[in-house]
Amino acid sequence: MKRELTCIICPRGCGLTVEINGDSVTVTGNACPKGQQYGVDECTNPTRTVTSIVRVANRVDTMVSVKTENPIPKENIFDLMQIICAKEVNAPIEIGDIICDDVFGTKVIATKQVK
Amino acid sequence: MLKCDIAIIGGGPAGMAAACAAYDAGVKDVIVFDREDEMGGILRQCIHNGFGLHKLGKELTGPEYAAVYANMVKERGIKVYTNTTVLKLSNDKVVTATNTDGILKIKAKAVILAMGCRERSRGALNICGTRPAGIYSAGTAQKLINCEGYMVGKRVVILGSGDIGLIMARRMSLQGAKVEAVCEIMSYSGGLTRNIVQCLEDYNIPLYLSTTVAEIHGRERLEGVTIAEVDANRQPIESTKRYIPCDTLLLSCGLIPENELTTGAGIKIDRITSGAVVDQNRQTEIEGIFACGNVLQVHDLVDYVSDEAEIAGKGAAEYVMGNKTSGEVIVTKAGNGVRYVLPQRIVKNDESVSLFLRVTKPFGKVKFTVKSGDEVLATAIRLKAAPGEMEKLTVKAEKMAFAEKEITVELEEV
Repeated sequence: MKRELTCIICPRGCGLTVEINGDSVTVTGNACPKGQQYGVDECTNPTRTVTSIVRVANRVDTMVSVKTENPIPKENIFDLMQIICAKEVNAPIEIGDIICDDVFGTKVIATKQVK
Repeated sequence: MLKCDIAIIGGGPAGMAAACAAYDAGVKDVIVFDREDEMGGILRQCIHNGFGLHKLGKELTGPEYAAVYANMVKERGIKVYTNTTVLKLSNDKVVTATNTDGILKIKAKAVILAMGCRERSRGALNICGTRPAGIYSAGTAQKLINCEGYMVGKRVVILGSGDIGLIMARRMSLQGAKVEAVCEIMSYSGGLTRNIVQCLEDYNIPLYLSTTVAEIHGRERLEGVTIAEVDANRQPIESTKRYIPCDTLLLSCGLIPENELTTGAGIKIDRITSGAVVDQNRQTEIEGIFACGNVLQVHDLVDYVSDEAEIAGKGAAEYVMGNKTSGEVIVTKAGNGVRYVLPQRIVKNDESVSLFLRVTKPFGKVKFTVKSGDEVLATAIRLKAAPGEMEKLTVKAEKMAFAEKEITVELEEV
């Protein structure tokens, strides 16, 4: 099987060709090793970093932006969003503070400081 | 009247990087003015990731990237006036600003313009129809959702496929809205390909090219839009009109550098970039006033804004310290396939010069040539070129010596 992909690791957006024959996966068109890894992952276990917001309960009209520390399986994006949407946190919050521990193999962390 | 060495108007990515670069070049008396309650500018609402790969070597979200530079400003003890709006800049570098203390007047030795840009509005687009609630510029919706936690709608059509439109398509989907369509009047998207993949394809959102919103329907709240394909003159084709029910329309139809202060000071504006005409140090045609970031030219990546701001910051510091560049002025011109070249002027010295440019339309493999008269100063091959991706070409110092009066950048398909 052959798939044409656009690498999303950096803004360069290399056009990748991924050939899958049983267990062997070959990637061409990538300008760097990250593209090689992306091509393999995208065809075997596609993942995405998810960014969103969580309400700060003890501040008026305040949200804290968050992200997954590592990419999560693409199929779990909306499951994670349900968890994030139901979550509330209290300030003060520092960048890197853990918002949700152990979700889909990673953590959700704050990307903004709230004093 | 207060005095300072360098006044920087705008505390977004450009203003923060310019302040640090000026400080590091040796000018410590720097003041940054920002109308918001904290620095960061547009990055504060750009909660998605993808920032900093080039400049910081890691992938950050907008607020994280802003925090890196805000900390650099703080570490240096640079003065920052937040909640302070600059009202006027005069050509003798007096900045007039207002905040809760009243009116401030500051006489600066040099000024750096870093006001960023704003979005093209519905009024500027001349879309027919009623004036219901539910029509937002994409950036306004982004701020409402990401900073204030206010969800703007449930069923959405987006006009314009620049990066902000694409990012908002994903953002609205993640927050539970149904994005019915992204319409793009041009035959190609102005956004990065990676954003089409991760923001539209991941969420099965259709992108309709050569298509626009022809009419807006609804009295109190938006009820739907009529979309239509456009002809070669970008006019809607009657037979292709179709109705899409929706309660929200997001407009992502281009950014306009916010240059009212610039023109107020009498600084010459480039008709194509809508930013000031500058030299290689990002100095405008008024000595001692510099410009950088999206107020100078709309950038694709914040990393390049930081780079440009560092040039302006260093340039302003050199100016204040009395190291003025003077010499023969060479004008840059956009040739075949090139929309604009920045800087527009080069004051000839014995250094290499980087030229930034955008192409007129998407191309396959191209060869760029930088020429002065018959002398070829630089060439570069690119596998593809698109208007959405700024190109950088460097002319080496030894080649600059051959430049006379005018430099032209052109491309040919190869």
